[in-house]
This record gives sequence, C-alpha cells and structure tokens, in this order.
Amino acid sequence: MDEIALNILDIAYNSIRAKASSIQITIIDSVINNIIHIVIEDNGTGMDEAMVTQVSNPFYTTRTTRRVGLGIPLFKQSAELTGGYLHIDSQINQGTRLEAQFIKNHIDTPMMGDIIETIITLIQADEKIDYYFEYKTDDCDFQMNTKEMKEILGDVKMNEPEVLLWLKDYMKEGLGK
Amino acid sequence: MKSLEDLKKIREAAQNKMTMRMDDEQKYRVVVGMATCGIAAGARPVLNAIVEEVAKAKLPVTVLQTGCIGMCTLEPIVEVFDRDEHKTTYVLVDAKKAKDIVLRHLMHDEVIDEYTVGKYKK
Repeated sequence: MDEIALNILDIAYNSIRAKASSIQITIIDSVINNIIHIVIEDNGTGMDEAMVTQVSNPFYTTRTTRRVGLGIPLFKQSAELTGGYLHIDSQINQGTRLEAQFIKNHIDTPMMGDIIETIITLIQADEKIDYYFEYKTDDCDFQMNTKEMKEILGDVKMNEPEVLLWLKDYMKEGLGK
Repeated sequence: MKSLEDLKKIREAAQNKMTMRMDDEQKYRVVVGMATCGIAAGARPVLNAIVEEVAKAKLPVTVLQTGCIGMCTLEPIVEVFDRDEHKTTYVLVDAKKAKDIVLRHLMHDEVIDEYTVGKYKK
C-alpha cells in the first residue's frame, strides 16, 4: 500500500465489520510539528485484551477465506518504519480507537494519497453509518459530519450518486484541492 | 462555494425527478472486493470508476462492496450478477477495464471474455 489514505480505508473496514454505527476519522498533518497523526475511532463491538494483542500479528485473522490478516500489521510497520507508532485501545461493546503517527519528513513516510476517495468509498460502503471526518493542517481545519448532511437530505440516501458527486466537490473545496 | 444548503436542492431535485430507483428494478448487481488484498492491488479507483460511470449514465445497476473473495493474487476482482444471479467474475481489473465493463457489459450486455477469471485459470 503506497498511500496512507489506502491504509485508512482498510482499517476503517474493520470498524464497519465491527458493526459500528459511528466512525470518526481525524487526521493532523503538520509540517511545524513534523507529524502525521491519524485517529480512527468507532463504537463497534470492540475487542478483548487478548484480541488487541493478536491483531498486529499477520498470522491472525477473522477471515475464513484466507489464513493471514495484513491490514493492521501493514499499517503498523509503515508507521514504525518512520519512527512513529501504532496503538490500539478497545473495549468490548464500547468500541475501538486506533491511533497512528508518522514522522512527516522521514524518507519512508508514504504520501497521504487521495483521502477524498477514501471517505467517499466508506460512505458508499454503508450509508447508515455516521462518519465524522476532520483534516487539520497548519493553516486549515476541515470538518464534516454525515449525520448533519443526512438530516438535511431526509429520505434521500447519503450514497445516492448525486450526493456522492456533490460531496466530492465539497471536500475538494474544503481541503483546498 | 459549496455549502450544506446545496443538499436541500439535491433533495428537492431527487424527489421531483423520482430518480431513486427500487432495488428490484435493477438489471445488474456489481460487487467489488475491498479487503486488504483488493485495496493494495488498486480496488479503490476501480470501485470509484464504476460508481461514477454508472451514475453518469444513470444505469439501473447496484454497486456494492465486499471483503476478500478468496483469490488475492487476482485482485482487483469485480463480480457482475444479472437478474437470474448468473455471475461473471472479472479479475486483475484496473480503472480502464472497469470503464470497459460498464460500457460493454452493463450497458450493452456483452461479457468481456478476455477479462474474466476463466481466461487466467486455464
């Protein structure tokens, strides 16, 4: 995976599989502090302590289609290679919080990549989930909450093509792209 | 400048035009594998290309995401189901092939043999 945004997409699917109804993705991308800090937090089924220690092991997976699970190990390795870290807190029936940090100017730090496509893809995956997304840099702070948008949309679904196309442009403007 | 107010217009337009389609009117169901293997192989641009092309052409097609389909080396994988649940499995798909699949299969009902799993598993 050559984009941080792809790792974020991959990790957020774990929250969807954990039956979360709300997923928060917060990214702080700062040249001044020289970090990229990512928090993915959900209110899904959570994991017990034993499972939390297991998920960083590539030979642990909940899938039955194959015997390896690479999502979290890949992200962890990627963060640690830059001198950063990955940390998971989880509680059964409460949810899971995953925090990762990259050292921004490290040569092994991947590009952020297309974070807009990542968020759009998640909303397309399951429109019932409320997504909160924040992207903070040294000079801008973009926040969006699909819960607010759904209230305005009423019975029109969040993953209707017209809405997704609008959202893409809305995010582009907000992120100054 | 775009603002959340725009959503009101989208809502009204959608309600007036009755663009919302019922699932049982759908002609095809397209499923894209979006597990770690799929994502690493490039499934995100494939999915988004299909969603966008289907939206632009207003096709009666549902696009869904799924986990690992079980043939990780052949990802990105796109499965197309017709109304009778007949499945066509396209493998090693990229954004360009995805657009071909929309144009030829979803719009003109033509199975693109050279992209299918049968071609690679012989």
